[in-house]
Amino acid sequence: MDFTFTEDQLVFKEAISRFLMTEAAPEMLREIWETAAGRSPELHRKIAEQGLTALSVPEEQGGLGMDDVAWSLLTQELGYYAIPDSMVDTAYVSVGLLSALPATVAARNDILSQVAEGELRIAVAHSINPLVADVHLADRVLVEHQGEVHLVTRDQTGYENNGSNISIDSSRRLSKINFAPTADSKVLDAQAGTVVWNETLNRGALAVAGQSLGLAQRMLDLSVDYAVQRKQFGKPIGSFQAVKHKLADVVSGIEFAKPALYRAAYALAHNDPRADVYVSHAKLTCCEAALVAARHGIQVHGAMGYTWEADLQMFMKRAWALNSSWGTREFHRQRIANDIFADGAAVGPRYTFGE
Amino acid sequence: MHLKFTDKQNAFRKEVQEWLAQNVPAKPLQSYDTREGFEEHRLWEGKLYESRLSMVMWPEHLGGRGCDLIEWLIFEEEYYAAGAPMRVNHNGQLLLGPTLMEFGTEEQKKHFLPRIASSEDMWAQAWSEPDAGSDMAAIRSRATPDGDEFVINGQKTWSTRAIYADWVFGLFRTDPDSKRHHGLSYMMVPLDAPGVTVRAIKALNGKEAFAEVFFDDVRIPAFNCIGDVGQGWAVAMATAGFERGLLLRSPARFQSTVKRLVDLYRKYAAEHGENGSLRDAVIECWMSAEAYAQSAYHTVSRIHKGATIGAESSINKIIWSELDLKMYETAMQMLGAYAELQPGSTDAVADGDWLEGFLFAQAGPIYAGTNEIQRNIIAERLLELPR
Repeated sequence: MDFTFTEDQLVFKEAISRFLMTEAAPEMLREIWETAAGRSPELHRKIAEQGLTALSVPEEQGGLGMDDVAWSLLTQELGYYAIPDSMVDTAYVSVGLLSALPATVAARNDILSQVAEGELRIAVAHSINPLVADVHLADRVLVEHQGEVHLVTRDQTGYENNGSNISIDSSRRLSKINFAPTADSKVLDAQAGTVVWNETLNRGALAVAGQSLGLAQRMLDLSVDYAVQRKQFGKPIGSFQAVKHKLADVVSGIEFAKPALYRAAYALAHNDPRADVYVSHAKLTCCEAALVAARHGIQVHGAMGYTWEADLQMFMKRAWALNSSWGTREFHRQRIANDIFADGAAVGPRYTFGE
Repeated sequence: MHLKFTDKQNAFRKEVQEWLAQNVPAKPLQSYDTREGFEEHRLWEGKLYESRLSMVMWPEHLGGRGCDLIEWLIFEEEYYAAGAPMRVNHNGQLLLGPTLMEFGTEEQKKHFLPRIASSEDMWAQAWSEPDAGSDMAAIRSRATPDGDEFVINGQKTWSTRAIYADWVFGLFRTDPDSKRHHGLSYMMVPLDAPGVTVRAIKALNGKEAFAEVFFDDVRIPAFNCIGDVGQGWAVAMATAGFERGLLLRSPARFQSTVKRLVDLYRKYAAEHGENGSLRDAVIECWMSAEAYAQSAYHTVSRIHKGATIGAESSINKIIWSELDLKMYETAMQMLGAYAELQPGSTDAVADGDWLEGFLFAQAGPIYAGTNEIQRNIIAERLLELPR
């Protein structure tokens, strides 16, 4: 029993953090928000150059074969810097799905290699997300259709609006799709597909959880900076208990969400039969931490928090945007309910790590 | 990251499980807030000690098993899963014991530690005073050096279980000219010494759960001072955080309450149909208890790799005390009209256990450092916000 990261994993996280700090300053995020497509080819190229798109691609296809546990660290960094790119959907969620496809699927290895090289953007259209992110830029789209897996180009999805649904996170464009399956588009039947899609949903939810936690940490850091620098009644507002206690609650939320995220990532990576429950727990806990960080963050910032000028907005809005992605609060609560209220449920002491 | 128990850990779990299955009293002990109940609990502690299970983390020569913190978590899980009696000597075992191990002389350790492990000595705390609650450095009770003795005068309060305990430990002012946290010393005082008066305070449940302790020229040997004279504050602070944060309330305690809460909801839903808001409240309790358990394993793993835990324990204290409140508040909502029935009432559900727990949960955010103080600690030490 060792519930910690290895030295290598922590060094990896640090390196990613330094890279993103340089390449994704808030000013750059603001510029990307103003672009028509909402995404920056330049940033995408830099991310690929760092090898981040190759992280979980199998080694045979030129990747590093990293697992969900490594991604639980990386997604936090992507959240912390509010990275406006579809790389999580492409390099983590899609790669997980593609890797699970049988080798008989002709396109599988090619696509994985191209993802590793950073040459492809892939969008994932699962019915849990009625609006699909980044279809307008995707080279390939993985579509869920009655449990089946379909692999198509964006034009074959029949997507609407050409990315004209703009999220409150202005880098995010969303589309509805009108997909009509063909015999050629299907790469996995419903029986095998249902299992793979469930795992994909878990991966998507975990990616949202990790990013939300990173966003929460960033909002906390911004709020602490502000509370130290802003003076009223002749002293920093951070010296007042009412302000301290709000920020202390943000800390508690974040610290208690971290182990839930890591435990869920480990469960997913090791095919734990209760992975659904752990993932839902992580998703709910991390998203809640982000919502509390946003709520208290804007309050601590005072009127500045309600402005376009303060950087807080970019992180707050991304947290709000991601909140219902890959499953609403009710969806994930229901998955927990199905588990803990069942006959013979593993509830009580001694079940935290299985047995 | 490797989230599997070792064979040794599984074997230890099995041994504890089997021992408890054979030894946990079929009939619940009387409340430890009564004289008879207190002595029943002392006998139970003695029984644990005989099998070297009262303080599993302590070394073998002190009657323990030299377990690490993961094994301690395992022990706690099995202990609560078995519905074993509440532990009544936490003050001695979790607060004084580690303090003695770190700051005590060899003679003090030899004399006191085995008696703590076996609960031959039961301990109460003596920190708060009428004018020194959250502001503990305002302590005024004195311990005046006199040859190889100290003479104690003053008053302590909110001393849990002092009415039946044998000893108290706490801070006393040894330098009459000192201010705040200077000039304090960490003392152990027998409650049967001449000049000690213990006056019970009835708690919310009507039981004599805590007490005021008056000291009137009470003489204790210098042997009863832990650490250097005048250094009591540092001694008290060194072991306070971690014990209060994690050891005092292991996650298993709350997971066990959540299990009862889940069962209560199932019963409710069977009788009255599903109720969304109650369902959500139970789910949230389950999530918090689970997060606390996961966090404990995470923290303990980090400690085993050399990390030290400071102000983080304040987060634990807030989490478990507020979770406890939420669980019992949720239960009260489910019990509806029956929630108000006292233990012993004809129609009380589970003999009023939920109400008892609800009352006790009210104290959680107050004792062991109020949650306001804990939030200050988090803000000032973890976030470095100005004082």
